[in-house]
Amino acid sequence: MSKEKFDYFIKGEKGKYEVVIGLEVHAQVLSKSKLFSGSSTKFGADPNNQVSLIDSAFPGMLPVINGECVNQAVRTGLGLNAKINNYSVFDRKNYFYADLPQGYQISQYKNPIVGEGKVLLDMPYGSKEIGIERLHLEQDAGKSIHDMDPSNTYVDLNRSGIALMEIVSKPDLRSPDEVNAYIKKLRSIMRYLGTCDGNMQEGSLRADVNVSVRKEGDKNFGTRCEIKNVNSIKFMQMAIEYEATRQVELIENGKKIDQETRLFDTKKNETRSMRSKEDAHDYRYFPDPDLLPLKIEQKLIDDLKKSLPELPDKKKERFIKEYGLNAYEANVLVSEKEISDYYEEVAKLSDKKLAATWMMGDLFAMLNDRGLDISKSPISAKHFAELVQAIKSGEISGRIAKEVFEIMVESGDNPKKIIESKGMKQQSDPKELEKMINEILSKNKDKVDQYKAGKEKLFGFFVGQVMKLSDGKANPQLTNEILKKLLKG
Amino acid sequence: MSLDKEKIKHVAKLARISVDDAKVESLTKDLNSIFKFIEQLNELNTDKVEPLTSILNQSLRSRKDEISDGKIREKILKNSPKENEEFFVVPKVVE
Repeated sequence: MSKEKFDYFIKGEKGKYEVVIGLEVHAQVLSKSKLFSGSSTKFGADPNNQVSLIDSAFPGMLPVINGECVNQAVRTGLGLNAKINNYSVFDRKNYFYADLPQGYQISQYKNPIVGEGKVLLDMPYGSKEIGIERLHLEQDAGKSIHDMDPSNTYVDLNRSGIALMEIVSKPDLRSPDEVNAYIKKLRSIMRYLGTCDGNMQEGSLRADVNVSVRKEGDKNFGTRCEIKNVNSIKFMQMAIEYEATRQVELIENGKKIDQETRLFDTKKNETRSMRSKEDAHDYRYFPDPDLLPLKIEQKLIDDLKKSLPELPDKKKERFIKEYGLNAYEANVLVSEKEISDYYEEVAKLSDKKLAATWMMGDLFAMLNDRGLDISKSPISAKHFAELVQAIKSGEISGRIAKEVFEIMVESGDNPKKIIESKGMKQQSDPKELEKMINEILSKNKDKVDQYKAGKEKLFGFFVGQVMKLSDGKANPQLTNEILKKLLKG
Repeated sequence: MSLDKEKIKHVAKLARISVDDAKVESLTKDLNSIFKFIEQLNELNTDKVEPLTSILNQSLRSRKDEISDGKIREKILKNSPKENEEFFVVPKVVE
């Protein structure tokens, strides 16, 4: 693939502006119970049915940490090539809101569980490293519902106290495309690790987006605005584009950018100031007196490291080496663990390169059309491998394979059975083909003469006749060879 | 460090405590004398001392990841300001 040049700037009247973006991603930890209580974390339960006295902040309740949530944070940190801190501290972040019954969120401020790390992105203009500033554990808040009653807000605390990992990036991102690649990469790593399901519809992955702009070539950062709680990649991209343009307009009109928290209105496609958050930055953090410092033995970290699965970057390298794929194919096939598992099963039983081509073509198109994940594919990896082998061995042509594929999707049958019962086998017997071609040539003597006189375009006509007579089953390569030989004679 | 009236009002607002204007004056005086007392600690050089967050030299004890709580909605909602079978109901708070 040829390398493109990075080109994302906001064009103002007085020049080009670079957009600087940092993300605070909130990823819900995969665990059965909450960070500090034994309530279930399952999505979609009846309101307030997964709430304990701790989650609803009854007086005198004491939090006890879920060891598995700590392990999950360590695994994620290792997956981000980050430093794991053997000593970390839980703090109280104080703010007042109806869905935060404690009046504070238990979070980590000065001493997070995970320190600096990095994530690699594959961009069309080359690979780019994005720095991770830190990862810390914290509690989620409850959910406020504003549209059930004209004068009241309804609060559901099922989410209250569920463990979140806040993953803070360095301000290394420069475009909405890089944000897209970054979120997808984080999601992919966490899904490989099994530490977060990455389900954005259910709110398991959301982000606060920090945006600032500066003139191209400037070394200093501009004043940034934080856009709170954006829950889809598309909305993040729209919010960044809007916000960067707004900031450039302010600068060009000689106005000042206020450092503030803003909200993205998905209906109007604009960001606006959240005035109510003016006081909110005064969080008055202090160490939570209910919780001792968290000390993690090096042995636990080493053991967790040994038990990590192969992650996308490593797997990509291996796919290129072991299966002879190009970087693009390998990238697509390792993007989801389930896709890579399916591919490896197919590749074990069939031609590795052809398997990749057919998976990324027809299989993905079909899954996409039907809105299915690969785990729900109507074609099993084993059947798909048989189809690939049938193409590779010349038993069927690529065109016929598409028909077989369609029937496989509908019937779930294996390709051998379909090819045999429908008589779709490719005509690859040279003698048979030669007989058929001779028949065609003798019927079209005038055209043969024209061809020999130099009208070479007619070659396509002969191929077409062979296909017609054979119901598309003639082996195209053999047909070409034999036709050429006979037309010469 | 000294606190002025504005700071007192701000802190009171953050803490959700309502303070009469009449009381602000005496509160400012009281809090300032408390701070003055605390500030005596600044006489000590603590450059090489790590902040102490707990006097126990122990680590956090953890629990297993098991579901052992919840499904007590009736109990939980007893303290909701307004009656409702499923939700806490509070005055509208919306951006």
